[in-house]
Amino acid sequence: MTFEYSSAPESRAIVTIDPVYKLFIGGKFVAPKAGKTFTTINPATEEVLAKIAYAEKSDVDKAVKAAQEGLKVWSKMAPSERGKYLYRIARIMQERAREFAVLETMDNGKPIRETRDVDIPLAAAHFFYHAGWADKLEHAGVGNNPKPYGVVGQIIPWNFPLLMLAWKIAPALATGNTVVLKPAETTPLTALLFAQVCQQAELPAGVVNIVTGDGATGAAIVNHPGISKIAFTGSTDVGKLIARSVAGTGKGLTLELGGKGANIVFEDAPLDETVEGIINGIFFNQGHVCCAGSRLLIQENIQDELLEKLKSRMSQIRLGDPLDKNTDIGAINSREQLEKITELALSGDAEGAERFSAACTIPAKGFWYPPTFFTGVTQAHRIAREEIFGPVLSVISFRTPQEAIEKANNTPFGLSAGVWTDKGSRILWTAKHLRAGVIWANTFNKFDPASPFGGYKESGWGREGGRHGLAAYLKGAK
Amino acid sequence: MSNSKSRLDVKKTYKLFIAGAFPRSESGRTYEVKDSKGEFVANPSLASRKDLRDAVVAARSAHGGWAGATAFNRGQILYRIAEMMEGRSAQFIDEIVALEGLTPSAAKKQVEEAIDLWVWYSGWCDKIGSIYGSTNAVSGSFYNFTIPDSLGVVAVFAPAKPSLLGLVHSLAPVLAGGNTAIVIASEKYPLSAITLSEAIGTSDVPGGVVNILTGSAAELAPWAASHMDIDGIDATGLSAAQEKEVRIAGADNLKRISTFKDGASPQRVLAFMENKTVWHPIGV
Repeated sequence: MTFEYSSAPESRAIVTIDPVYKLFIGGKFVAPKAGKTFTTINPATEEVLAKIAYAEKSDVDKAVKAAQEGLKVWSKMAPSERGKYLYRIARIMQERAREFAVLETMDNGKPIRETRDVDIPLAAAHFFYHAGWADKLEHAGVGNNPKPYGVVGQIIPWNFPLLMLAWKIAPALATGNTVVLKPAETTPLTALLFAQVCQQAELPAGVVNIVTGDGATGAAIVNHPGISKIAFTGSTDVGKLIARSVAGTGKGLTLELGGKGANIVFEDAPLDETVEGIINGIFFNQGHVCCAGSRLLIQENIQDELLEKLKSRMSQIRLGDPLDKNTDIGAINSREQLEKITELALSGDAEGAERFSAACTIPAKGFWYPPTFFTGVTQAHRIAREEIFGPVLSVISFRTPQEAIEKANNTPFGLSAGVWTDKGSRILWTAKHLRAGVIWANTFNKFDPASPFGGYKESGWGREGGRHGLAAYLKGAK
Repeated sequence: MSNSKSRLDVKKTYKLFIAGAFPRSESGRTYEVKDSKGEFVANPSLASRKDLRDAVVAARSAHGGWAGATAFNRGQILYRIAEMMEGRSAQFIDEIVALEGLTPSAAKKQVEEAIDLWVWYSGWCDKIGSIYGSTNAVSGSFYNFTIPDSLGVVAVFAPAKPSLLGLVHSLAPVLAGGNTAIVIASEKYPLSAITLSEAIGTSDVPGGVVNILTGSAAELAPWAASHMDIDGIDATGLSAAQEKEVRIAGADNLKRISTFKDGASPQRVLAFMENKTVWHPIGV
């Protein structure tokens, strides 16, 4: 006898999607000068959701001017008043949380359970947390006389659209900067809903400006002389391009880039909890997570037992309609990303690794990839070195703790790592020797506005969140 | 014994400092250093790209031990360097007078400031984590903390002068943060750096923690910038044009590159440190 889940779809009635969206500049929605648009789709159905304004150089220029005007008001305001605006924004986001969650799920493809329980509450929490910093910056340990940069350009990715917006805008505003933000091309809708929140909060015009577009729009932001600091989250390749572009300009730059996180399981780990952690580490958000635990390092003597448990658990994963409250894995965000995941996984087959994919029904429309792991992976394989940014796990074994560290650190990235063991001293020893910015011990993929996030090595520059994240937006930190 | 009036000086051969040893440049090259009046002083080594690469290997090998030593131990070793510098004060002063053309009293002041600054940074080793680490009040049943961690191998282009004080401003914070260093000495005023290497060589500093190259910053900066096993660069001593080139080439492995204005600050230590955040659930 089998028990099937009934479908439990979240209603999309709470969301109103306009047919066309404009740019948000100087507190108003304005049409792009050239009148160009692009479309955003629901990756689970391929349905077109809306037409989005395409910002060209002249539109970015207008947004920067608006941000410069906004700065005149924002920088003169008492810090405690700035903080109160952030509190207002946090509260409105909480009030409209369900609307944000449904819209994010439709535009991104991630499950409603995740937008409802993770993305949106954390985004609101990020504003609430930073609101309290606005009038305490001289106590933040970032120099005696911390000063904002001025106008900050921010470019964010599609994997956590609203949450990344919050990670960028909340600290920038708390520290007295004004912003020009570009959401990702495939996920602009919650950023434009956030623009409405700014209006409801009566945020002074020009403090937040949102320009939609593609890489060329991003480049116009990066190269604009009126911008004093760039904050970017995205791929390591683009991060390096930006670093070269701003060299010699005196612009500040922080980068949150790629990763190839090692999730290390020692022989004494509690296996059932570990399996949950592995699942969460690589399949959370369809694996579209820069800090995903995409390399599973298992101590050799428990490998077979652990992988059997992992297979069994993977067979329980529910892939499908992202708006269904029972769904664990939603849609891949775009056709382009699906092709990238597919190509890298095929390289795993070609290089001799062995594939296991959970048996699940792939919907007829939309972009999907089944939860997958590879065994027999060597450190030279592409799937062990390159960021896949999808639900694909590479399994590598080790014998001694020293070998685990060596393999874990054998990557140009250094964003995250996990360690699973019952022994406290081994946790701390492992954490000490891992060259990574965030280490989850007996847990994985936890995020909090109070917890600094960011990478070593080629995973980026600087931190976001916590006291340490403030330094990214203050010049006094030198 | 010869008559002291006619005694000939025993002149020193000025060499590089790599992996705790004092080799000549593998290239066999030297260059001429003159004093402030244009008179010949020395033929120090003109370090090559290969010397730089050897220094990187030495610095990388030494990093684990230096970063892994207790902070108290690192503080004691750095303090020991200050003790050795004090003993060589007269030599530092003579060389600064000769090369920079300062009066003896101005040179003495520079040396005293440099030694005191070195002592100041040595005291930061076991305090930086207390002041700039944190426990973070996350929402949920987790213990969460952030600690500063050493960056790795840092190349140091100190300002040309004040030749000793400027070098200490750049080098001491790099070491206090648990990093190993490759110093490219001031081309025109290299003697302070060479004498400092001799003080370091007698201070229980493990070989490779500090490596000092004399020669041309213009020649070595591009190689340092593109070297994939260098993690950070203090570019304070480079020109704006050189700094830009270093930042462009340094983007290949996203080196942490900084320049600094005068002044001692724990921010200079932090500029070459990472932050590591660790989460663990709380439960019974």
